[in-house]
Amino acid sequence: METLSFRLSASTRAGGTRMQAIVGVVASGNLEVLLERAAPADSCMIDITTAAHGFGAVWEAVVRDFVDRRPAGGLRISINDGGARPDTVALRLAQGVRKIEEPER
Amino acid sequence: MTAATANTDSLSWYEASARQRIDALVDPGSFVEFIGPEQREMSPHLAIFDLPEQFDDGIVIGRGRLDSSPVFVAAQEGRFMGGAFGEVHGAKLTGLLRAARTLRQDVLILFDTGGVRLQEANAGELAIAEIMRAIVEARRAGVNVIGVIGGRAGCYGGGSLIAGTCSRLIVSEQGRISVSGPEVIETNKGIEEFDSRDRALVWRTMGGKHRYLIGGADAFVDDEAQAVRQAAIDALEVTRGYGVANLEAEQSRLERRLQRFGAARDAVDVWQALGIDKPTDIPALPTDAFLAAANNRENADDAR
Amino acid sequence: MTLDDILAGLFPNGSDIGVAGAMISGTAVLAGAGLVHVLGITRGQPLGVDEAIVLARRVIEIIKSGDRAPILFLVDSSSQRMSRRDELLGLSEYLAHLAKALLLAEAEGHRTVGLLYGGSAAGAFIATALATGTLVALPGAHPAVMDLPSMARVTKLPIDVLKAKAEATPVFAPGLENMVQTGGIHLVLDDQSPLAPQLAAILERPQAPDQRDRFGAERGGRRKAAEIADRVVMLAASAPQGAQHG
Repeated sequence: METLSFRLSASTRAGGTRMQAIVGVVASGNLEVLLERAAPADSCMIDITTAAHGFGAVWEAVVRDFVDRRPAGGLRISINDGGARPDTVALRLAQGVRKIEEPER
Repeated sequence: MTAATANTDSLSWYEASARQRIDALVDPGSFVEFIGPEQREMSPHLAIFDLPEQFDDGIVIGRGRLDSSPVFVAAQEGRFMGGAFGEVHGAKLTGLLRAARTLRQDVLILFDTGGVRLQEANAGELAIAEIMRAIVEARRAGVNVIGVIGGRAGCYGGGSLIAGTCSRLIVSEQGRISVSGPEVIETNKGIEEFDSRDRALVWRTMGGKHRYLIGGADAFVDDEAQAVRQAAIDALEVTRGYGVANLEAEQSRLERRLQRFGAARDAVDVWQALGIDKPTDIPALPTDAFLAAANNRENADDAR
Repeated sequence: MTLDDILAGLFPNGSDIGVAGAMISGTAVLAGAGLVHVLGITRGQPLGVDEAIVLARRVIEIIKSGDRAPILFLVDSSSQRMSRRDELLGLSEYLAHLAKALLLAEAEGHRTVGLLYGGSAAGAFIATALATGTLVALPGAHPAVMDLPSMARVTKLPIDVLKAKAEATPVFAPGLENMVQTGGIHLVLDDQSPLAPQLAAILERPQAPDQRDRFGAERGGRRKAAEIADRVVMLAASAPQGAQHG
């Protein structure tokens, strides 16, 4: 397994009031994304454990793009990856921020 | 408290994740998870094999309400490691069942499992033994333990033995129940014994319809979360307890099954012996027609 | 030790125990403990629907006799019978039924002691030895979930790699010592000393709740299970929060 960590500044704070959200599942070509409101409002921390070695540059591009486009401020995001493609990663990250923004029932 | 209202969106049980199944099953907003993913209680053994971990180790457990009644719920995630039982995964279910016994609160187990996780086989095997003992002790205390089987991974290996200790089982057509999986039988006994690529053979030997017809399951439902929810509500209406009378009734039931069907070579022979009009049509029947055709099925009642 | 050696060692004054096919059944008198029901599966045979239903019937008869005498369940089996017929007939129900019979016997006041003296694997192990209140073993017993060559096939790892990993952890590889360390086997009997007093000593202990996860933690083979289960029990007993918003 390979671990990667990114600390990015985020211009927009994640919306909603939920303290955490989880999407996805760890399987071949899939990943789980755990989002917790546990970072300063102007930053986003992303920790990744991945079964696919040597893709650090690809991960960096995907998570930078995510933080630039989505309201991810204040989030600590933890990822367990079973070797997902970049588009799947981007999809799960987007689902994750949507889910943590959902109103609590 | 507001009246319990169900989620009404249609959701395939087979396709859904463990978390989606729980959300669709219990009253909206009622679920509270125990040792959730944020606790990061992952398998301590997968790293030895350089395999990825999952934050909840492939099982979601907690409390919720079903039609306003408090229940404990456990849901296995069949896509992570085939929903297999490892040390942490199993201990979460063991703890839930021990709590259910003490608190006299019913339990729903949403199975989706290939059995024991080989990378931690001894721990997984012992977890299954501990879960079975905890179920029997909970049932003796008057707790209902209801199993639901209709996921991608089916209910295989030790998971099928756990299912066999539950008070009631709900299956869908997709819900396969078997100790040895098709590939395991073929690998050990040859393709003449079991051709694992013959999917029709797999479904009619291990699938939900056959299990329902021989009394291996108590309720047959569409592959749809609301159908599962209604069946679970119905299953919890009666508290059954567990004692020697149940054991004796099951003994008679299983002896009778061997007498009636012991010489059958194929599920179709069993269905024929049940008096089903066109037994070869069974796999293709939609739920309503199937339930009508299943009128003379073997019924487990309380013999479980 | 052979089955005859074991029975002679346990019951030197004789016993009334028959072996029919793969199954053992009978009674004996154990010095210091009195009447003991003896049951089991032998000759390394698989456990299928036909065997499980006979063994379960015997356990039910014992429970109904009301004598509360201990049950000694001897185990030398292979795995569950892997056949199309057994699965067609619902093998999982038969194995679970046998396990439930043993578990209920213990709950109804019969001490149930499993004695693993040969092999046992997978579903057969769960339905017999692991369904007893106290499981002990003789040296040379060899429990397994799956043998290493099959495990190598399924995990797609070379067998040498698996063997190396098995040196580092008791958690996955077959073998008696691993099953002791993970807490599944209470203790290993001393086959150089008389067996009868060792069994009598086990029967003298009071019935206890399931302690296997605790043994696993104490022996270092299964460090997490007991702690996780305890935490769940505690969380479940704490006042519901959030549920009232439903």
